[in-house]
Amino acid sequence: MSVQAGAPTTLRHKSANAAARRRIDQAMRVVLAACLLVAVIPLALIVLVTLQQGLSTLSLEFLTTTQPLSYRAFGGGFLHGLVGTALMVGIAVLISVPMGIAASVFLVEYRANRLARPVRFFTDVMTGVPSIFVGLFVYAALVREAGIGFGTLVGGVALSILMLPIVVRSAEEILKLVPADLRSASTALGARRWQTTLFVVLPAAAPGLLTGVMLAVARGAGETAPLILTAFGTSYLVTDLFGRAQTALPLLIFEQARQPFEAAQGRAWAGALELVALVLLLTIAARLIATRGGYQR
Amino acid sequence: MLTADQSARPPIGGRGRGRFADVAFRWLVTAAGAAVLLILALMIGTTTVEAWPVFVKEGLGFLTSTDWRPGPSRTEITGSYGGAAFLWGTAVSSLIAIIIAVPLAIGIALFLTQLAPGWLRRPASYAVDLLAMIPSVVIGLWALLFFVPVVIYPVMELLAGTIGQVIPLFAGPPTVRSLFAAGIVLALMIMPIITALLREIFDTVPADERYAAFAVGATRWEVMRHVILPRSRPGIIGASMLGLGRALGETIAVLMVVGGSPSIVIELFRPAQTIAGQIASGFAEASPEGISGLIALGVALFGLTILINVAARAIVWRLGETRGDAAL
Repeated sequence: MSVQAGAPTTLRHKSANAAARRRIDQAMRVVLAACLLVAVIPLALIVLVTLQQGLSTLSLEFLTTTQPLSYRAFGGGFLHGLVGTALMVGIAVLISVPMGIAASVFLVEYRANRLARPVRFFTDVMTGVPSIFVGLFVYAALVREAGIGFGTLVGGVALSILMLPIVVRSAEEILKLVPADLRSASTALGARRWQTTLFVVLPAAAPGLLTGVMLAVARGAGETAPLILTAFGTSYLVTDLFGRAQTALPLLIFEQARQPFEAAQGRAWAGALELVALVLLLTIAARLIATRGGYQR
Repeated sequence: MLTADQSARPPIGGRGRGRFADVAFRWLVTAAGAAVLLILALMIGTTTVEAWPVFVKEGLGFLTSTDWRPGPSRTEITGSYGGAAFLWGTAVSSLIAIIIAVPLAIGIALFLTQLAPGWLRRPASYAVDLLAMIPSVVIGLWALLFFVPVVIYPVMELLAGTIGQVIPLFAGPPTVRSLFAAGIVLALMIMPIITALLREIFDTVPADERYAAFAVGATRWEVMRHVILPRSRPGIIGASMLGLGRALGETIAVLMVVGGSPSIVIELFRPAQTIAGQIASGFAEASPEGISGLIALGVALFGLTILINVAARAIVWRLGETRGDAAL
């Protein structure tokens, strides 16, 4: 700072470099605002280009049929991917949500436990584990060792491991916001700890918990890399839980985008539009629920 | 819901069967918490066991050799597995990403927390967060078919034509799919994460200190430069490292634009390959021992990200403890 000892200290006095400092200040304000613009322009470009390219292929047919046999052929759609994504994310929710919420109950209601600190720390670390590594692990454990084979169940397990830390951390934040008075009141009425947790704390936190789950689903639905190693990909509609390779929207987008044919790339764009719409709807709905009811961050 | 007139309820400390319920419940949730630790331990254990023969055969050469020729065997390791080229691709693309994303994220977070008018703050923060929610494969598709050929390639040509004549780093002729393109796309993907962390970190700078600086006549920028940034330095380092961790592990978008040719090149405008990209693209055609090689690459990548993540979390966590819980 350029206020030196010995300089005149009256408020009226304008120091000699005031004009220069003012100019630097104004210039930096412009620079910082420009930074934001640099971030927002790509977002706008992604949304606009995906809309423009995707809308020309997206149709009722695209949503209700599977891909044609040849990459070169126009028409067809990603119904098999949508079904695969729904099944695998469904399995992932069934595994990660009960487990994640139970773990967050542990972190908040039993925070005195010696395990609480390491669990919290390593949950955070787990959010940083590369998703491709989770895919490798699930492949090594379930496909190679246990011999279950590529498919829906294995893909779902991989997604559940990726979603688990997100569910735990968001649920923990929400449970912390439930007022202690509510717990005391419940205890005063003679409720046991498990009753207080299940019938008072969790219902009070329900909207916030739902928000966290939806954000985790949005994350899981967009994952590609781990599914290459666990679901493997297929061009057919598969509803079996195991025994057959499965595919997902992101996998199909990846596969078709790499083809040098206009028809395949068109399908990739339409699939991208479908996926982005899905993810953004979930995200926005999650925000709305969070701001409307219950305790929020 | 519980009501006060449930007279059937046993008194507190009663000896009914209900007294076991609390114990069982505690065990249940403790098990769920411990499961997180167990999964992480299993991840490390299973993959390390699978990759062990590769590490044993290659030794340090796994990290220093560029000779990657997987063998066809089902039971033993016959090929050679030198991962240096993939390591190089991952390191350089992540470095480009960090160099671009961190200053940008600092700028955005400063603008959003210190300068933005109230009406802009919420929607703009939301827009940046939204960028983080866009699936990686969509960013990859957009980068591959639009952003890199239309926006980045002309920049590469320009750089190659001017400073590329002097600095070999930017030497041409550029290819569309390149390390540089991968670095830019990565920067775009980690920038929202770093921004979100920095916003919270800048918000924790005590208002007293900012007002004190204003009171001695500092301009807005001087407050940022001399109060907020120095105060937040550990946080900035932590957030950058978390971003770096993300960049190292990012797979699909990078794979789509990096070019997929494993080689150690100084020129940023040439194609390369990353660890994660090699795992994803080599998996479908890999032999059983080749898959062990890919798992070994995965273990190396995991070790790298865990190291960076634990260090970053430790920094960010310490901040959270000294300044309330808002720093995460």
